[in-house]
Amino acid sequence: MKKVIHRNSTSRILGISLAFLLAFSTTLFAQGTEAPAEGATVEATVDPVKGKALFKTNCAVCHDLKKKRTGPPLGGVGAKYEREWLYKWINNSQKMIKEGDAQAVALWNEWQPAVMNAFPQLTTEDIDNILAYTDAPPPPPVDDTAGNGGSGNGGSGSGGSGISSEIILGALVLVFGILVVMLFLVNKTLKRIAAANGVEIEEEKEKTIPIWKAFVQNQFLVLVTTVFLLLTGAYFAYGYLMQVGVDQGYTPIQPIHYSHKIHAGDNEIDCKYCHSSARVSKTSGIPSLNVCMNCHKSISDYNGEEDLANGYTKEFYTKEIKKLYEAVGWDEENQEYTGETKPVKWVRVHNLPDFVYFNHSQHVTVAGIECQTCHGPVEEMEIMGQHAPLTMGWCVNCHRETNVKIEGNEYYEKIHEELSKKYGVDKLTAAQMGGLECGKCHY
Amino acid sequence: MASNKKYWKSVEELNPNSSIVETLKQNEFVEEIPVDDFLGDKETLESSSTTRRDFLKYVGFSTAAATLAACEGPVVKSIPYVVQPEQIRPGVADYYATTIADGYDFASILVKTREGRPIKIENNTDAKFKGGANARVQASVLSLYDSLRVQGPKQGGEYVSWSALDNAVKSKLNALRGSSKKIVLLTQTFASPSTSRLIAEFTEKYGNVEHVQYDAISENAALEAFEVQYGTRALADYDFSKAEVIVSFGADFLGDWQGGGYDGGYAKGRIPSHGKMSRHVQFESNMSLSGANADKRVPLTPSQQKVALAKLYGYLNGTSVSGDLPANIDEAVKSAANQLRKAGSKGVVITGIQDVNAQGLALTINKNLGSDAFDTVSPRMIRQGDTKKVAQLVADMKGGRVGALITSGVNPAYTLPNASEFVEGLKNVELSVAFSMKEDETSTQTNYIAAAPHYLEAWGDTEMKKGYLSLMQPAIRPLFDTRQFQDALLEWIDSDKTYYDYIKETWTSSVIEASGWNQVLHDGVFIATLPEVEADEVAPAEDSEERAPAFAVASAVRSLSNASSQGMELVLYPKIGLGDGQQANNPWLQEFPDPITRVSWDNYIVVSKADAETLGLKNWNVANGGLNGSYAKVTVNGVSATLPVIIQPGQAKGSVGIAFGYGKKAGMKSEMQTGVNAYPLYQDFNTTQSVTVERASGEHEFACVQLHNTLMGRGDIIKETTLEIFNTKDHHEWNPVPEVSLNHQEVPATSVDLWDSFDRSIGHHFNLSIDLNACTGCGACVIACHAENNVPVVGKAEVRKSRDMHWLRIDRYYSSEASFELDDEKKEGLSGLFGDNGSLGGFGEMESPSENPQVAFQPVMCQHCNHAPCETVCPVAATSHGRQGQNQMAYNRCVGTRYCANNCPYKVRRFNWFLYNNNDEFDYHMNDDLGKMVINPDVNVRSRGVMEKCSMCIQKTQKTILDAKRDGRPVKDGEFQTACSAACDSGAMIFGDVNDSHSKVAELKEDKRMYHLLEHVGTKPNVFYHVKVRNTEEA
Repeated sequence: MKKVIHRNSTSRILGISLAFLLAFSTTLFAQGTEAPAEGATVEATVDPVKGKALFKTNCAVCHDLKKKRTGPPLGGVGAKYEREWLYKWINNSQKMIKEGDAQAVALWNEWQPAVMNAFPQLTTEDIDNILAYTDAPPPPPVDDTAGNGGSGNGGSGSGGSGISSEIILGALVLVFGILVVMLFLVNKTLKRIAAANGVEIEEEKEKTIPIWKAFVQNQFLVLVTTVFLLLTGAYFAYGYLMQVGVDQGYTPIQPIHYSHKIHAGDNEIDCKYCHSSARVSKTSGIPSLNVCMNCHKSISDYNGEEDLANGYTKEFYTKEIKKLYEAVGWDEENQEYTGETKPVKWVRVHNLPDFVYFNHSQHVTVAGIECQTCHGPVEEMEIMGQHAPLTMGWCVNCHRETNVKIEGNEYYEKIHEELSKKYGVDKLTAAQMGGLECGKCHY
Repeated sequence: MASNKKYWKSVEELNPNSSIVETLKQNEFVEEIPVDDFLGDKETLESSSTTRRDFLKYVGFSTAAATLAACEGPVVKSIPYVVQPEQIRPGVADYYATTIADGYDFASILVKTREGRPIKIENNTDAKFKGGANARVQASVLSLYDSLRVQGPKQGGEYVSWSALDNAVKSKLNALRGSSKKIVLLTQTFASPSTSRLIAEFTEKYGNVEHVQYDAISENAALEAFEVQYGTRALADYDFSKAEVIVSFGADFLGDWQGGGYDGGYAKGRIPSHGKMSRHVQFESNMSLSGANADKRVPLTPSQQKVALAKLYGYLNGTSVSGDLPANIDEAVKSAANQLRKAGSKGVVITGIQDVNAQGLALTINKNLGSDAFDTVSPRMIRQGDTKKVAQLVADMKGGRVGALITSGVNPAYTLPNASEFVEGLKNVELSVAFSMKEDETSTQTNYIAAAPHYLEAWGDTEMKKGYLSLMQPAIRPLFDTRQFQDALLEWIDSDKTYYDYIKETWTSSVIEASGWNQVLHDGVFIATLPEVEADEVAPAEDSEERAPAFAVASAVRSLSNASSQGMELVLYPKIGLGDGQQANNPWLQEFPDPITRVSWDNYIVVSKADAETLGLKNWNVANGGLNGSYAKVTVNGVSATLPVIIQPGQAKGSVGIAFGYGKKAGMKSEMQTGVNAYPLYQDFNTTQSVTVERASGEHEFACVQLHNTLMGRGDIIKETTLEIFNTKDHHEWNPVPEVSLNHQEVPATSVDLWDSFDRSIGHHFNLSIDLNACTGCGACVIACHAENNVPVVGKAEVRKSRDMHWLRIDRYYSSEASFELDDEKKEGLSGLFGDNGSLGGFGEMESPSENPQVAFQPVMCQHCNHAPCETVCPVAATSHGRQGQNQMAYNRCVGTRYCANNCPYKVRRFNWFLYNNNDEFDYHMNDDLGKMVINPDVNVRSRGVMEKCSMCIQKTQKTILDAKRDGRPVKDGEFQTACSAACDSGAMIFGDVNDSHSKVAELKEDKRMYHLLEHVGTKPNVFYHVKVRNTEEA
């Protein structure tokens, strides 16, 4: 009976604390939803949304709205100059300079040698649209675009959760602490009450052989257990030893937080745009910083999606871009290279031992293998990690299973015909082509 | 025929009682594993405080510790370029055409660079002249990464800035402008049109300037002789491929005679085709590379050479020439004259005697013969040194008549015979500047060291042969704060041009169209159509008539025929490895075994056996196969040098030889300070001196590889025959396939097999062909292999222990009789053990052939046997066979049992006894960061305890295949190359795919001369050789 009472009290306390906790957390999550900001008023005749698209395709390479790029910032440019002059300027600026238009020459003097491309294809309507966008750009998509609304809200809601989850954890610890103390106290009180009432708590002590003694006496069991333990031990020891030197999942922290997810995933940049030497060389090559600057000369701020759960905010990414500028010696203010470079010391992720010869171009260009086959879903990786085990067994398996890509390659014509006759198969695997010989990779 | 000859590698082998030779034949590893040292001594074992249990504990703990330590992988950093140069793609090699012109070696070459650093030198096959790189040129890439280079301009041992140096020099030069003291530029031979123009401008600006050119090893006599007859200070050029009879008097034209580079043309004429090959007669004292390759070699002293040359002229002209010659030599001269007369314009005579008369006479003979091989229209410009001017300069310096001395590319304080006088004279010079890569003997004595770049960091141009121009371009950004001599001259004449601009200006103004510059720079070479060439063709007729009297033939013959000498004669010579000694701090060259003596890390006195006996000089082999020798003291006019002695078979009696280039001390790592400087003996710049030789006390330990890796008494290594037999008899007679007994029947060894053969007809099947006729033994392949495959340098002590790591060795065999008939006769005449014709006595007589043995060179590397004995004995399957014919070696799998080396019949496997990189015990290039830059990133650097060997350059064949795959095309013939075949200038080594029926190597494999090494063993190698044919036809 007594025991039942005990259990009841315990469960009640647990129940109460759970309710308390839930109430607490609901208040925590309640703060989220904000009313979406109202869209800016726009003129009926011009469409700033179209203008934005045109701006992105034609102007954004050299111009920003607020910042200096190759050319001047274009925010509010419509108000600065006459419309007619702007039409002419955008359609062919060099012509105007040559003709000696005072305003044009002044601009040229300020910004030379940067030559503005001529855009004869833009109609006055297009230009109006662009100017509508530049003069009063629609508010950022987070607040505006319907498609992104839901996730945007969720994201901003959990923005404060970094701290609140800690608070929850703290509260939980506190509650459990109180619980333990309470249990102890209750137990003590009950015992005291029992003693006061004269109830004796019986402690049954039967004279049985302890289980361990019984176990020791049963030799068969001992033998079986020993064998079992040894086998398990060997299994784990083997498992441990086999993973020595295998760095699958190795995801080191890099000096610049470079997100393959954003570049290869969101923006769908081809792997070989940056890792160009993978086509021709044994190494895929870490792109030199001037390759980064091909794009980042005009992309100085991050405006894409955020991953607030991990703290990857826009500011965070923008800060990483600034790290690139520092390394390459790019003066954003004046849009020029300072010449002071600080080469980036990346941490190498894929380390093959020195006694292995691996050639990227053989696999990428000749065999036409996707990068992802070995490197995994890089386009989803926020931080680059080693996907494959890079063990010899892994290499060999692939060589056994993969057919040699012979289409359109005259090199293989003769050897493939002869070998496929010899082996009696239509398509040869890399292994049948000799891809398992020691000397193909070890020299 | 061939197998009847008795071959030997060392004089020691001729001693029937030598136990050491027998031991070496029986033992794979000459040194016992010293188990007795620690197991045999019971007392030490028992008194040791370490019990067996302790020992096991330590082993256990250290193994566990090592295992744990190995668990954590190191963090590897990768630093990409900030701005990647367009032409550099990491992992892809770039080749640049450039030129080496260091004053001694001149060659048009290609430089292979990886990630912007030069790692290998290749031949420039586009070059029509000197496109082949010899061993020193191949090794020169390592000299770029010499850790002891001067890293910036220095004054009195302290680094100064270039502007400080410029100011000091300019003010001094300006001060000297009006004074009576002259400004002297003491330089190497540049043979550079731009430099000549620049020096002229410099002279114009400062007035009292003298340009003295200086070659450490002078060709002054030849230059003067040529000038007398042809009006230019240059050297006649020869094309030996056009010669059918070559007679040489002491000219080692396969070595460095007159700049070398003749082996390519020579080898062409040596391969018998349509029953013909050239005949080469060599009269010489030292056994040289040329003598070793000659069909007939006549050993005689230098003074006898002069007489012989005079007599040859007499026999050719039908005039009688007095002078004493031993009858057999006289006979040989007569025979040579007959052959020359028969050959007519197909004959050529050359001489290396440093005597204007001798050189002039040789030119006259060639002119009289109308020799096709003889080119005076477009002579060689690569030796310009004027010994008279140099001697005058030293006198002027001592007399205080020199105000400023600027040296470039020379090290007179080391190379001058009167170096001490030069150093003394330097004290009287007001300003001395040395352009030098090293703090060498000269630059440490001058006021300033102007740090000079290596040729791979510099611009330049050369005209090695008139009309044959080539460009030198940098292949790497200067490693240090260096400036080349020409740039400094431009600075000092207040020009704002760089030397690059200057060269371009010279070329575009006089040689090429401005638009052609990039193409020439790409090719590295350019052949100018000189308008004077046509004029010259007419001119010589008048010229020679005009000038011929200037060379008095009669008096020259008279003075030559009167040549005689008292006592011993010394012949100084450059070795293939070190040459004039510029690259003495290059460990590859130091470890390179001399082709003839097979000694590395040393120079020595070569003496004939007869002289050694009278002088009491000895060579002997000690228990581990190492060669020891006694010392001897050589004295020339009171200057003496004490060197160890090598008894050289074939050395002319009464003559001794010493090599230049050794004994350098300044700017050298201590390991590299080997040998004795022979330049003090080079008096009056004459390579022949009369000397006294006496025995000195002491015992020298050589690092000689000639008894290493013997083929354990298995015969039939070298096969050779004579041209007569080759032409008249069936090839089964002179190139028999060995037979073995199968079911009591003799069958060809190649038809019997223990194993089932793989089908090798599919895909590539690589074979390497080595023509023993074309191989001159020059050793360029050895160094090329070193560079390509990261072969470590092990040092003198290790080489002595038979632990040299050369993947490719060139065996040198002596054979007993000068002719086959005599050889056979003797062999057949042997009867019984004792007595006059007894075999013991017969072998005892083997001493006499060592007076003048025949020599054969044989490059031996892994034979890549299809049925490789090494593969079957490897317990861990670390060595296995590839379908493409390569015997592969997986270093990471090897545990170092050395069974494979034991089972290899060719002795080509090398064991890493130590860790040769990052090890202070082996302080060569692999122990410093700079030297490691030469390492080929595509080839593993092996660690201690693994076996290694020739891989048939699998990294190169794989690369060729990959290139073809990437382009989607079949591999073309000639694309497949190994390092050795690519380095082989003489065409002795041809590599390729025998499954490609149109390939050169497939054709060579069907040749009647083809044979495999030790065919009877049944290993079915993928390296094959061509029987050596000697042209023994006497006229």
